[in-house]
Amino acid sequence: MSVLVFAETHDNTFKKPALEAVFYGKKTASMLGTQCIALVLGDAANAAQLGKYGADKVLHLTDAALNSFDSQVYASVITQVAQTTGSDVVVLVHSAEGKAITGRVAVKLNAASVSGANSLPELSNGFTVAKSVYSGKAKVHYTLNSDNKVISIMGNSLPIEANGNDAPVESVSVNIPAARVKTTKVDRITGEVPLPEAEVVVSGGRGLKGPENWGILEDLGKVLGATMACSRPVADAHWRPHHEHVGQTGIAIRPNLYIAVGISGAIQHLAGVNNSKVIVVINKDPEAPFFKAADYGVCADLFDVVPKLTEAIKKFKAQH
Amino acid sequence: MKILVCISKTPDTTAKISFTDDQKFNASGVQFIMNPYDEWYALVKALEIQESAGGTVTLINVGGADNETIIRKGLAIGAEKAVRINAEPTSSMFTAYQIAEYAKAEGFDLIFTGKETIDFNAAEVGAMIAEYLDMPYVSFANAMTLAGNTATISCEIEGGTETVEVNLPVVVSAAKGLAEQRIPNMRGIMMAKTKPLEVIEPAAFTENVVTRQFDLPAPKSAVKMIDADNMDELVRLLHEEAKVI
Repeated sequence: MSVLVFAETHDNTFKKPALEAVFYGKKTASMLGTQCIALVLGDAANAAQLGKYGADKVLHLTDAALNSFDSQVYASVITQVAQTTGSDVVVLVHSAEGKAITGRVAVKLNAASVSGANSLPELSNGFTVAKSVYSGKAKVHYTLNSDNKVISIMGNSLPIEANGNDAPVESVSVNIPAARVKTTKVDRITGEVPLPEAEVVVSGGRGLKGPENWGILEDLGKVLGATMACSRPVADAHWRPHHEHVGQTGIAIRPNLYIAVGISGAIQHLAGVNNSKVIVVINKDPEAPFFKAADYGVCADLFDVVPKLTEAIKKFKAQH
Repeated sequence: MKILVCISKTPDTTAKISFTDDQKFNASGVQFIMNPYDEWYALVKALEIQESAGGTVTLINVGGADNETIIRKGLAIGAEKAVRINAEPTSSMFTAYQIAEYAKAEGFDLIFTGKETIDFNAAEVGAMIAEYLDMPYVSFANAMTLAGNTATISCEIEGGTETVEVNLPVVVSAAKGLAEQRIPNMRGIMMAKTKPLEVIEPAAFTENVVTRQFDLPAPKSAVKMIDADNMDELVRLLHEEAKVI
């Protein structure tokens, strides 16, 4: 018995959601009185560091065939490692890759699964895991009754601590099936934290009146170290690129701080952002529905307020 | 080209969410729709492929008789026939298993799902169907072209897109951009009434996931309005009260 965490890498590095998954795996393993094993597939810099986040041991498979992603290959390898290590709980990240693997691993292990969990298991009455559903309008608790369990965890679900030491890194023998999906091109925006992982997001809507006015928002984003986002009408009008669109049909985010500027807050937009911990809304229309979902509101002309807020944050950062 | 499109029923985004005392979804007064990713992108892409390459588009849904409204809508948009597995889904794996049990004898070249449902957002069913049928799976497709037996698909990944090549048969989950939403016209709606809709009883399945309980979030405290001339106060609150900067 042990907990196996698939610590995914992007460009050979571990992003925060992978570290969160390891930390989640360690907490779960501690509750179950067992150890946490992290699994790393393909090239990765410094796999031993996963020990700092709780891995008791790291299994690193460096076969070149694992440098390219195919859900079928990854699911097969993860399942084999779960079986050889006797892991009955498998933890993954609820990312693009994780979502493509979770269901497959669950089927292979005949395991009950929760995809997109946002809290640690509750063990007082069976093995119960909760997730947010209905656009954040409710939370569901699932009890997993099978011997094996598969959980993918939503990013930014629990604060991580790095208080362990480097873990021993070992290899393990597996059968790597031939890939059937061939990746021919990857276009990743570099230099910015992707929206699903971002801790601070600054977002603009139609209230900005045109793409030429985005400078004041970018200035605000810069002082906060934020990732930029926008509403659907803004993306549809090509004022901003589609990958910045947050909302129901765009990207769902869960940052610590979401600042929405000139966005009225239609329900479809809220569905993608209302898992944010703190929401600040800047809008000149006092009737904007977004104010009802906000923690802090400023009802004023954004062209006046945003530069003032940027200055206030600069002043604050200089003092702290 | 034999194409299967998996469609799901979800409450409309604007629906008020509540639960009955025995922890069931309270459907009273709730408007249900076809899951948008299934309707706007998966189904329409399937129709586009069928229109250019020939073949058939079959819809499949796991659910009770009241799901036939959304199934007929899918037929009105243009699918040729539909199958309903007569059971209330209890988990992603239940749904995937039922679909795979139907599909395994049919020999589909392409199976589409939406990238996720807008109510539970698990994004698991497509991957599970692919696993049951030993097929490759390409998720979050936002563009796709077919040349003979090979599909070239662009997919959403963290902070970008990637392009993959895969030979059919394949399971594809559809994201925004894969196709343009189609509104059913009157002729489609009339024709849908007489298109075949086969009802199949579910295969035996051992359910290991129990929905124990739903909670509603604590009511949100009222928004604190800050004066536009006092942004220092907003920064102070974000630092001291909200502790986010």
